[in-house]
Amino acid sequence: MYPSRFAYEAPKSLEEAIGLLNASGGEAKILAGGQSLVPMLKLRFAAPEQIIDINNIPGLEYHRIDPDGTLRIGALCRHEDLEFSTIIQDTFPTLAGAASLVADPIVRTRGTFVGSVCHADPQGDWAATMIALNGRIVAQGPKGRREIAMKDFVLGPFTNALAFNEIAVEAIIPPATGTARGGYLKLERRVGDFATASVAVALDMDGDKVLRAGCALAGVGGKTIDANAAISVLNGQTLTEASIAAAADAVAEAADPRTDHRGSADYKRHIVKTFVIRILTGIARSEQKAA
Amino acid sequence: MTSLFDEVQPAPAADVPTRRVTINVNGTPRTADIEPRLLLTHMLRQGLKLTGTHNGCDTSNCGTCTVLFDGRPIKSCSMLAVQADGHNVETVEGMGSASELHPIQEGFKQEHGLQCGYCTPGMMLAAKALLARNANPTEDDVRWALSGNLCRCTGYQNIVKAVLWAAEKMRAQNPQEA
Amino acid sequence: MALDELKIGGMGASRRRVEDNRFIRGRGQYVDDVVLPGMLHMEILRSPVAHARIKSIDTSAAWDIPGVRLVLTGETMAARNLAWMPTLSYDTQAVLATDKVRFQGQEVAAVIADDVYIAKDACSKIVVEYEQLPVIVNPIQAQAADAPLIRDDKENQPTNKIFDWEIGDKAATDKAFAEADVVSTIDLHYPRSHPSPMENCGSIADYDRATGKLTVYLTSQAPHIVRAAVAMVAELPEHMIRIISPDLGGGFGNKVPIYPGYVISILASILTERPVKWIEDNTGNLISTGFGRDVYLQGQMALRKDGKIMGMRMHTISDHGAFYADAQPTKFKIGLMHSTFACYDVPAAHLTSEGWYTNKAPGGVAYRCSFRVTEAMFFQERMVQAAADDLGMDQAEFRKINLVKDDMFPYRTAFGFLTDSGQYGKCLDIALEAIGYSTFKQEQEEARKRGKLLGIGISTMTEPLGAGNSREYDIIGIKMFDSAELRVHMTGKAILRTGAKTQGQGHETTWAQIVAHELGIPADDIVVEEGDTDTAPFGMGTYASRSTPVAGAAVAMVARKIRAKARKIAAHLLEVSEEDIEWELGRFYVRGNQERGVTIQDCALAAYSNVPDGMEPGLENNAYYDPPNLTWPFAAYVCKVEVDAETGVWDVVKFVAVDDCGVRINPMVVEGQIMGGLTEAYAMASMQYITFDEEGNCIGSNYMDYLLPTAWETPGYELHEVVTPCPHHPIGAKGIGECATVGGPAAFVNAVMDALKHTGVRNIDMPMMPNRVYEALTTGKDISGMPPVMAG
Repeated sequence: MYPSRFAYEAPKSLEEAIGLLNASGGEAKILAGGQSLVPMLKLRFAAPEQIIDINNIPGLEYHRIDPDGTLRIGALCRHEDLEFSTIIQDTFPTLAGAASLVADPIVRTRGTFVGSVCHADPQGDWAATMIALNGRIVAQGPKGRREIAMKDFVLGPFTNALAFNEIAVEAIIPPATGTARGGYLKLERRVGDFATASVAVALDMDGDKVLRAGCALAGVGGKTIDANAAISVLNGQTLTEASIAAAADAVAEAADPRTDHRGSADYKRHIVKTFVIRILTGIARSEQKAA
Repeated sequence: MTSLFDEVQPAPAADVPTRRVTINVNGTPRTADIEPRLLLTHMLRQGLKLTGTHNGCDTSNCGTCTVLFDGRPIKSCSMLAVQADGHNVETVEGMGSASELHPIQEGFKQEHGLQCGYCTPGMMLAAKALLARNANPTEDDVRWALSGNLCRCTGYQNIVKAVLWAAEKMRAQNPQEA
Repeated sequence: MALDELKIGGMGASRRRVEDNRFIRGRGQYVDDVVLPGMLHMEILRSPVAHARIKSIDTSAAWDIPGVRLVLTGETMAARNLAWMPTLSYDTQAVLATDKVRFQGQEVAAVIADDVYIAKDACSKIVVEYEQLPVIVNPIQAQAADAPLIRDDKENQPTNKIFDWEIGDKAATDKAFAEADVVSTIDLHYPRSHPSPMENCGSIADYDRATGKLTVYLTSQAPHIVRAAVAMVAELPEHMIRIISPDLGGGFGNKVPIYPGYVISILASILTERPVKWIEDNTGNLISTGFGRDVYLQGQMALRKDGKIMGMRMHTISDHGAFYADAQPTKFKIGLMHSTFACYDVPAAHLTSEGWYTNKAPGGVAYRCSFRVTEAMFFQERMVQAAADDLGMDQAEFRKINLVKDDMFPYRTAFGFLTDSGQYGKCLDIALEAIGYSTFKQEQEEARKRGKLLGIGISTMTEPLGAGNSREYDIIGIKMFDSAELRVHMTGKAILRTGAKTQGQGHETTWAQIVAHELGIPADDIVVEEGDTDTAPFGMGTYASRSTPVAGAAVAMVARKIRAKARKIAAHLLEVSEEDIEWELGRFYVRGNQERGVTIQDCALAAYSNVPDGMEPGLENNAYYDPPNLTWPFAAYVCKVEVDAETGVWDVVKFVAVDDCGVRINPMVVEGQIMGGLTEAYAMASMQYITFDEEGNCIGSNYMDYLLPTAWETPGYELHEVVTPCPHHPIGAKGIGECATVGGPAAFVNAVMDALKHTGVRNIDMPMMPNRVYEALTTGKDISGMPPVMAG
């Protein structure tokens, strides 16, 4: 449980960090929360030549909602900042639903939202929410900033679209045009377990009509499953038992689970379907209550 | 502290770069030259001889290494000691004082919240962080906040009672913060 | 004028624990906290494959790393006759592999270096060439005609079978089955599990060439056994070996065996002439050390249609891994499996048992199990559940018909155990009342109509604790008595040492309570020490819930010896004859004149300043206690669950535990033991197990795969108490530490089975993970957990 040797830098600015990253020629890794990286170093699954610690760069801990409703999450915003956030409960319910389910309460004090998305673990909760919400990652490199749509960001298990000399500095989640609804359900046998299956659902609603539905899945494929196309059957619909069932079936189809000791592929697919139904039914019930 | 004798270690055969860090540990600045790969838990245990922080697993699950980092609970096995440079770290040795136990320590003894004692330092510090944020937690709040700390001996029920006992005593001591 | 026993911390007091004072300050001293001057650090290289010939080991790159002091392989060990060592079951176990590796995680090499990071660097540079062989991950594969021979190192080992064993009356049992109205059968697997205490195993070996003395700090529940074993293996004289088990972060049986790491660290210290510390990592602990369970059951019951059990037949197949390294009484190859059904009146019974080698870690008897009693009682209650269902009878009713009644004691079981006391029916009644059993059936039906699946599960058992009397019990030939040594100082304070070794059970607190009870010395005036073989009297250690029954008895006996001498001193001080002396707690007085007396402290002072003529001064003694019988606590555990039919997730709605462990020394400590044990039961029932894929890769070698429940999942427990004193124990106490782990799992499983009863499912192997429950629910088929599984 002891990392191999590496060089270590703790830059005080993004420019400095990017300079170091650029000079490393791909042999460096960024350290933010470290809750994925340090365990990998200890198991020697990762043995970079250099660690670039960005925790000393000021001004990255934020999460805020712009006047136009866009949510911006800085590179050093910790999971628990979102868990205890007072601003995202109503406007970004999918994120609020996932926040307390990430890892365990102690990991959540250090791990970062952006870091988790970059880690691209197929089990990862935040990547699923980002896909369902059509989020974007802001990458900064020697040539400046660019935005990468979330659907283009995760290339495969533990592989993202950042160039070797880019740092992800911010996650952007666009606002709902109408009312934001959503939820996140995760089947884990205990706190901190790998997910047997997770479902992120994000709805943009106008009254009882769904303007846009988004959905993504974790733990049921070689990477985070983009189920936006599948759940789009809900677009323009109201939430009825029939429309919910159709959406659930479509999303379950999009899952790509493997049979393993956590369950058969059929079981995992069934959980996906059940969770979609539960999230959408819950939203429909609260709509009725509000009405 | 003495200048009478301070042996100079021979330089390692390989030229191993080290870094000088100063960490405020339980209120006292501690300075050391360390390798970047040294984990915070090992710096505390082996370097500073503060063995109250324990190690139990390989996958950052068990929480026996929990310490407070700028007041928040972290797993010291999942932080490089260099990252703690300039920060405040509180270990179990910093709880209470020479003459008086912290109410959480008292509560764990009163309510039989420990048996082998191995998870106890981490558990108590996680509880301390909870009570700093929420002075009047429910049983569920306590169980949730401690779900990053594993215990094999107690079955948790008395740990929850211990934390609630401490919370009540702390509220009585600081009514305005309730 | 007698002292108030509760006020002085005597028996029955929920005395707050003495050991807490250091633990809550982070001042415990666990093995990894110990630092010796000049200490080196050791890391072990483990095999990544489950069964393979070792073609070559190249350690040259490891030696080149600055700070590396020594690299050991099987070859170097073999040159000193240390590549193999005896196990506690008369087999041999590899210390470092020579010819083959036989399980994933087996020790292959060791590096000793200036710090543990360097040792790990060096380990990663050792190159081992493996030639893989076919792998066996369950006893069925082990039996196949073309199965590879795992123990080709042994003479007279033609197959992978370790033993056959049987007990009971086959003829009478066959007759009972022939005449039965109903025969109920059930087959299941109690999966491999692991005690996984939070502290992993380790040692610091320090051989002093100048004195010839070897001191080893070591995580052991039985330091005297380790001293004996080291004397055999390392061929050092026993008086020059000192084993110190300091504070232990949990044991649960995991810290009973002697592990290769200990032996290697000892040799490394001898070779480097420095202390050598080895602390295993959690993966090493889970993948290679003493596990528990992994036994298959074929159970049958012969039943009369009025509900009476007429006969019981049990066949068990146990998977022992690559080396037969159980720690258990010599006479009983499958431990105390034959204590099964001891709480029921069963006229005829027959148990057969076979043990097999597989490509997995060695062991089998560990994990809070009282020598396989966990398996015995789990199988029992699963069979009872199936039997009641097959008869169409209520679960509680069936048990009540067959439980041993109060007036049947002493009761000789069909397998020859003598149970001596209990109020089984009363315990069960209390549990049923507390869970609301009488109204449950209706509640269950109504809930099912609304799509909610509720279930209640019952588990009742008595188990043999306190191994054990010398007629029948020994481990590698050493009898299983235990010991206590008590010295009272002149001011009436005392020091007590025993041959037990606490790992969280609170002996420093509870043993003093026994002395307080016997002598009236306040418990706070008594310091208790365990674990140092140089000072502690010989004992076989703490496991199998034997300490209160055996060491606790020794404590009472030695205190009585002290009191007997003090009585003579009192007579001398009071100038009367001994026949005229009466005792009340804390003092002797003259019969007929209660005010004229002396305290025990007065006697203590006199022992050093004013003894009667002819009496040796001092006030100390020891006692070695050979228990006449085992003790027989009883438990009734009842669990109510709710199953989510759409996901298979189940939750505990309520759990009631009624425990009768005789006289309770410290009620608070007893309840702590019960809740801890119930949580391990819950863990095994819900999520915790070790399994293997078909290549022998261990799934469950770290906490991402080996799931321990957190405070969030773990249910709360409602505890009740019945007290039926043990008739032969000096203070009427019975063991308790493992009861809940023994009896608990069946309560959870039976509850989920009850919730699923309408589907026809009879069994879901533990752990009952959501996917297994869902599959059972939707297919109506039983779910087997036998490895291999497909890895995730």
